[in-house]
Amino acid sequence: MWRVGTVVALHDETATARTITLELSDWPGHVAGQHVDVRLTAPDGYSAVRSYSIASAPSSERLVEITVERLANGEVSPYLTQELAVDDRLELRGPIGGWFVWRKEQTEPVQLVAGGSGIVPLMSMIRYRVSAGSTAPFRLLYSVREPGAVYYRDELQAISDQDRSVSLTYAYTRAAPEDWPRPPGRIDAALIANTTWPSKLAPTCYVCGPTPFVEIAAGFLSACGISPDKIKTERFGPTGDRK
Amino acid sequence: MAIISRGFSGRRSAPDAKLPPGQYLTTDFPVLSAGPTPHVPLDQWEFAIDDGTDVLQRWDWKSFRELPNETITADLHCVTRWSKLGTTWEGVSLDTLLANVKTDAEYALVHSYGDYSTNLPLQDLMNKQGWIAVRFDDEDLAPEHGGPARLLVPHLYLWKSAKWVRRITLMHEDTPGFWEGLGYNNYGDPWREQRYSGDE
Repeated sequence: MWRVGTVVALHDETATARTITLELSDWPGHVAGQHVDVRLTAPDGYSAVRSYSIASAPSSERLVEITVERLANGEVSPYLTQELAVDDRLELRGPIGGWFVWRKEQTEPVQLVAGGSGIVPLMSMIRYRVSAGSTAPFRLLYSVREPGAVYYRDELQAISDQDRSVSLTYAYTRAAPEDWPRPPGRIDAALIANTTWPSKLAPTCYVCGPTPFVEIAAGFLSACGISPDKIKTERFGPTGDRK
Repeated sequence: MAIISRGFSGRRSAPDAKLPPGQYLTTDFPVLSAGPTPHVPLDQWEFAIDDGTDVLQRWDWKSFRELPNETITADLHCVTRWSKLGTTWEGVSLDTLLANVKTDAEYALVHSYGDYSTNLPLQDLMNKQGWIAVRFDDEDLAPEHGGPARLLVPHLYLWKSAKWVRRITLMHEDTPGFWEGLGYNNYGDPWREQRYSGDE
């Protein structure tokens, strides 16, 4: 049930996010978009479990990558992003989830919409599109606080440079690079309408991010005429509207 | 045998008998939904109970709100591991809604606006275990939390408490709902930690 993974690499994506590469001898393989449960156990037996999306593409290798954003008041994420070292062992359960997934048999246009660390399961889909040799047209709209908070920037750029059917749009909420055409701010209806696939192409949409972001983004996609059953969402965190 | 995480001590909440295994306390009210939030106008809303062929009972919003209302205090346990204790709801008991329904069905398949569904034994909706809730914390239920009306079956993991409920079909055979067909447990008892398929 719980599998043991050995940490084989650690890589800081941003000042607050770290990618952890685990090797699992009995990993059964996963589908792009799935997540795992990670369990930490203290010497007295106390344990804490949290779910993290898988960032790596499905492959035959026994490797799984997760990217963890450190939450200021978190119980598990500070340990994973600051304490964990190469050769440490971690317990994992999964892969989990059969809804928020992209399979290489899908040929329709794909619209990815990420808010902050919501990019992680979408990155698994982008990476799998490349490794599986898919020609499905992908668009990514990636909303992030500031340029320094972007995960996987160079890799995303390289993938997009190599294949014009993967296009990237960044939207910054607090601080944008100099000369950026759009002032910093939340995503809005115009941005969604101008940068995502038109509904007549019947794209499948994957929206992942904090709850208020997903509520807004999925609502705009729906308002653009995309059928609700083609909009798959994954939310995390509180609603932000009340305690 | 668990592997000890070198240097991990955890941030423990006070031991609380109300917390099922593997859950942590939150004071927020997180949201988990598979798709966009449906917005159902009250003048188009209806709730029905059927047997798969015939509608047995049907209410529009006005007639539904005329039914006897109950205040419910419940602990919520989400399969994503947060628990929220002592929440207050208002709604109509399924005992009230099923009072005039004669059936020998053993299962229920609950359908939502937006095509979500979830299954559970009919017994689990009865005897003060299930409600159709319309208010949370003294306010009308917000759309992202399932408004205008959601099922509330707090003794099971929260995905069983279908948001935006529109119909309950009484069944002679158990049929998996949305998450139940996608790797989650068919029953979902938090105290037995029945999260995923295969958990017993």
